[in-house]
Amino acid sequence: MSELGFTPNEMMTIAASRALKSDDVCFVGIGAPSAACNVARLTHAPDITLIYESGTIGTAPDVLPLSIGDGELCETAVTTVAVPEMFRYWLQGGRISIGFLGAAQLDKFGNINTTVIGDYAHPKTRLPGGGGAPEIATSSKQVYITMAQSKRGMVEKIDFFTSFGHGEGGDHRQRLGIDTAGPTLLITDLAIWKPDPVTKEFTVVSLHPGVTREQVQDSCGWVVKFAEALDETPAPTELELKTLRDLQARTKAAHAGTAKGKAA
Amino acid sequence: MVKFLPLKEAVAENLHDGDSVAFEGFTHLIPTAAAHEAIRQGFRDLTLIRMTPDLIYDQMIGMGMARKIVFSYVGNPGVGLLRRARDAIETGFPRAIEVEEHSHAGMANAYEAGAAGLPCAVFRGYRGAGLAEVNPNIKSVTCPFTGEVLAAVPAIRPDVTFIHAQKADRKGNVLVEGIIGIQKEAVLAAKRAVVTVEEVVDNFDDLHPNLTVLPNWTIAAISVVPGGSHPSYTHGYYERDNAAYLEWDEIAADRDRFQAWMQKNVIESSAGDFAGRVEHLRKAA
Repeated sequence: MSELGFTPNEMMTIAASRALKSDDVCFVGIGAPSAACNVARLTHAPDITLIYESGTIGTAPDVLPLSIGDGELCETAVTTVAVPEMFRYWLQGGRISIGFLGAAQLDKFGNINTTVIGDYAHPKTRLPGGGGAPEIATSSKQVYITMAQSKRGMVEKIDFFTSFGHGEGGDHRQRLGIDTAGPTLLITDLAIWKPDPVTKEFTVVSLHPGVTREQVQDSCGWVVKFAEALDETPAPTELELKTLRDLQARTKAAHAGTAKGKAA
Repeated sequence: MVKFLPLKEAVAENLHDGDSVAFEGFTHLIPTAAAHEAIRQGFRDLTLIRMTPDLIYDQMIGMGMARKIVFSYVGNPGVGLLRRARDAIETGFPRAIEVEEHSHAGMANAYEAGAAGLPCAVFRGYRGAGLAEVNPNIKSVTCPFTGEVLAAVPAIRPDVTFIHAQKADRKGNVLVEGIIGIQKEAVLAAKRAVVTVEEVVDNFDDLHPNLTVLPNWTIAAISVVPGGSHPSYTHGYYERDNAAYLEWDEIAADRDRFQAWMQKNVIESSAGDFAGRVEHLRKAA
């Protein structure tokens, strides 16, 4: 905990949650996106529709799911559909306003790699792969990305194009016939980034409280561009922090609780 | 017509060396007991098909049973990597395996095409995605009406599909509910299907008319295995054992610890042991 009273990860999750609105229909990636989406639902966006790729539409879990298919997602959902229907009618059909993704490796144009480190045929590290992400990235109206900054994660050149962002920048999406907006927002533990309107390169528009430009650059593998009018992200409110911490405490207790010998 | 069989016989009758086989269940209803029975019977050269290979394929790959895997997410959902699968892909241990990788949308569409009796699936996918460059089974077709270029992948038609479900009635009709995933498509796409269930009830007269029921003539064999999807879960019966998924990450990280765990919990165990593994996960009624 810093002297600010909150951690960089808490700031990241809360900043990400603020980007979501009550009328959004959000396809939720597991991990950091899931936490942000549920904080939004529990604070300023109570009517947000959260969709997980297991087919649960309009879910409202009391604890964060460990997987995208935990039982509580189904129990609290408006409806649960089969996986082919999820991808065909709801995602491909254009019903999703925000696809919210995490990333193992990210480049400055919002292209994501979660497939391999190294060569595809002979990988140094075989990562889980895309799951739903390749189509979430192109069929959602917009894509938000959230990840903690590191030089290993934010790189000049990703090893594999798991999910297409803005490609080489500019109008690359349109040239491929992709008519959705792609990545429009990146929230890290240090800053809020938006793509340049022309080049589509992610540009820092807001620094989190207490964060310097140098810190952002030192934990990023490409030369960072900063907006001329740089904002400071408002610090988390008491309600936001309490909501996130309570959610994480409930989640931790619930996931440990299935161990044999403990109360379920 | 469907047969009610002990799991050992159901697996022996329907799975063979060299088969392409899907053990499906999207996080929910994973047919772990059937996979463990297949491991005990020691099949070889299998083509393992599954959207999220998960623990059961990590185990089968680690035991050297797979010639090839077809998948769309080779991870331990919410936990991290599959370490036995990684070992096989990165270092060829215990044997090298062929990899055919898709996205979830690609696999879901391919199963649906298999169930629909089509040769391939057509959908809007893989745009700008690297998988299209490394998987020769991802191709494109042009819509004859609009000119839009769409992705095409071959239909999935497994020799045999295994799923786990809530219950069967006495006639062998099967109910699947909750997160229904890809169960129905995987059964209807396969030449043969084997279902493990929590229980058998007299009839389904009290069910909602639109629930997912697989008629008995779509299934080759049913085995009653209470707890048979642990550490996955069965909606209405017991919860997902998230602690076991977290623990697996450590077990699978080490080749010797993995072997010891498999010996004790799979090789020297039986389908009858699953009921005890979920006892603490059943919710108070």
